[in-house]
Amino acid sequence: MEGVGMFTILGIIVTASIRSATPLIFASLGGNFSERSGVFNIGLEGIMTVGAFSAVFFSFKTGSPWAGLLGAMIVGGLFGLLLAFMSIYIKANQVIVGTAINILAASLTTFLLVEIWGRPGQTDNVEYFKAVGPFNIFTYLAFVMVFISYYVLYKTPFGLRVRAVGEHPRAADTLGVNVYAIRYICVIISGILAGIGGASLSIGSMSLFKEGMVAGRGFIALAALIFGKWNPIGAALACLFFGFAVALETVGNNLPVPNEFLNALPYIMTMFAVSGFVGRAVGPAAGGIPYEKGEK
Amino acid sequence: MESGMNEFKENLIKTLKEIAYPLVAIFISVIAGGILVYAVGKDPIVAYTAMIKGSLGDWNKFGETLVTVTSLILTGLSIAFAFKCNLFNIGVEGQFIMGAIAAVWAGWAFTGLPAVVHLTLTLLSGAFAGGLWASIIGLLKAKVGSHEVINGIMMNYIAMYTSNYLVRTLLNVPGKAYSVDIADTAKLWRFSQAFEQFKHSRLHIGIILSLIAALAAYYILNKTVRGYEIRAVGINPHAAEYGGISVRKNIILSMIVSGLFAGLAGGIMTTGVQYRVNNLFGFTGYGLDGIAVSLVGNNHPIGVILSAFLFGVLQKGGPLMQIQGIPKEVVGIIQGIIILFVAANFVKVVTENIKLNRELKKQTVKEEVE
Repeated sequence: MEGVGMFTILGIIVTASIRSATPLIFASLGGNFSERSGVFNIGLEGIMTVGAFSAVFFSFKTGSPWAGLLGAMIVGGLFGLLLAFMSIYIKANQVIVGTAINILAASLTTFLLVEIWGRPGQTDNVEYFKAVGPFNIFTYLAFVMVFISYYVLYKTPFGLRVRAVGEHPRAADTLGVNVYAIRYICVIISGILAGIGGASLSIGSMSLFKEGMVAGRGFIALAALIFGKWNPIGAALACLFFGFAVALETVGNNLPVPNEFLNALPYIMTMFAVSGFVGRAVGPAAGGIPYEKGEK
Repeated sequence: MESGMNEFKENLIKTLKEIAYPLVAIFISVIAGGILVYAVGKDPIVAYTAMIKGSLGDWNKFGETLVTVTSLILTGLSIAFAFKCNLFNIGVEGQFIMGAIAAVWAGWAFTGLPAVVHLTLTLLSGAFAGGLWASIIGLLKAKVGSHEVINGIMMNYIAMYTSNYLVRTLLNVPGKAYSVDIADTAKLWRFSQAFEQFKHSRLHIGIILSLIAALAAYYILNKTVRGYEIRAVGINPHAAEYGGISVRKNIILSMIVSGLFAGLAGGIMTTGVQYRVNNLFGFTGYGLDGIAVSLVGNNHPIGVILSAFLFGVLQKGGPLMQIQGIPKEVVGIIQGIIILFVAANFVKVVTENIKLNRELKKQTVKEEVE
């Protein structure tokens, strides 16, 4: 009997971990494309927020969660385009642009929420993706995307170009790779994926949009990306691990460590990882540096 | 004599240009905000009138605006100081939180001290906690080269959970989601105690402290050898190193000073406004706002004071706009657009690109003619 109890609890923890990891996986895969091409994406949090909102908005307007998903991808992609334009054409500081996107996203979604639904707080319930088996389709899609992303980044000529552009844009340029085009594509993909991540919260785990519902997941995804050493599979494993930390917290208050410690754990571990205390995580060499054609 | 005049003229034009770019960016953002208000069927003039009335309409509103300005000046200085060493201290938020909670501890734990001593001790605890929190980021950057932005973001969250832990345990009021209150001896003097005009505002002496802090930042950066070294490292670390300036030491130092300002901001929030710390569900936002303040102020201490005032007006005008039926989120949207434009040097880059294109066209036309 006791064994069955243990097994059930374990099952609950595993399912809960995978559920909390789902939105993180999309966003960190998004971050992966962007950062591999050499553009920091601090705006993941904000793009997830607009994704979550757009998903509900389009599902509300059409009555179809599929339209919601598509809407989240398009709006996420557009915010990716904004980041790309500012980082690549304007050559702005990418961290600042990301910060601006986060501030804009939070205000813009609340503004539209009040305008459309006539009240702050949360939207009405809309059509959403109901669970198929233990998870909703986003979870299955997330795992498929991990392998697609890995394949694209490591097994295709496009992926090779992306990594080359992120490591040494000048060399890639010399060999005829269009640095700007690759970066634009990657940052837009990053926006689309983060948008799906947001949608997985609003029309996957829930059926509405709430103010502040992303609640720092964009930054956890960023942490997972770094902890997973800028590799889709590593990032996904890190997301699962961070999801596990969240799941543990929901399972019981009887743990020997304070809840706040579990909350902070992903961030602490990421600091250890980037500082080289547990296997050094080193980002793409040209990350964050705008590329200037024809400069020495 | 003539060359002196020319130099003066050149400097004047340069300064005017530096001021002009942020002003144009602010102007564009305000117009964009107005268009947004208009798009949802409201009157932009009404909105902006409400904003000004809500923040500067009477002495009390002005006082409340200055309360916000106090925090913004300090977090803005924090960001600006680190920027001078080419460091992006996005961890200001966490340093602010640590400063606030450390001040609660010092304001509560020490009793029976004379007010001046207790208050000084409390403010110093806040500043010190912020500096300590920032020093970790500086040390990691200097010693193992890990990116200050990544560590800063992570430490913001760690600070939030540390503060919540302390509110729940050591500084707990049973059954409440906030900490114990600080003693009266640790509270900053409020203007309402002497001036009838500010009776209903929480305006406190911290505004003076923040102005002094701005002058101190200006003095350190521009009039001391240390400040010169920090700026040299910020402009070109390789050249600085070659010139015998320790890059590592200056990175750590400027992070610590930056953290001191942020921690002081948190300490002043505790001793002047809140008297306690709430359990946090998200960030206070003062750190992020500091980024906007610093950028618009061109990372210059005096510029920071002016832009903190601008953002104070924007933020404190929000509630009255809300009452007039205009969502106060317009303020956040305007703020976001301002950051995008100013940060990116948008106006400058676009005008320069247009100029460049024109010149290129002229050249090609010339070549074709030839």
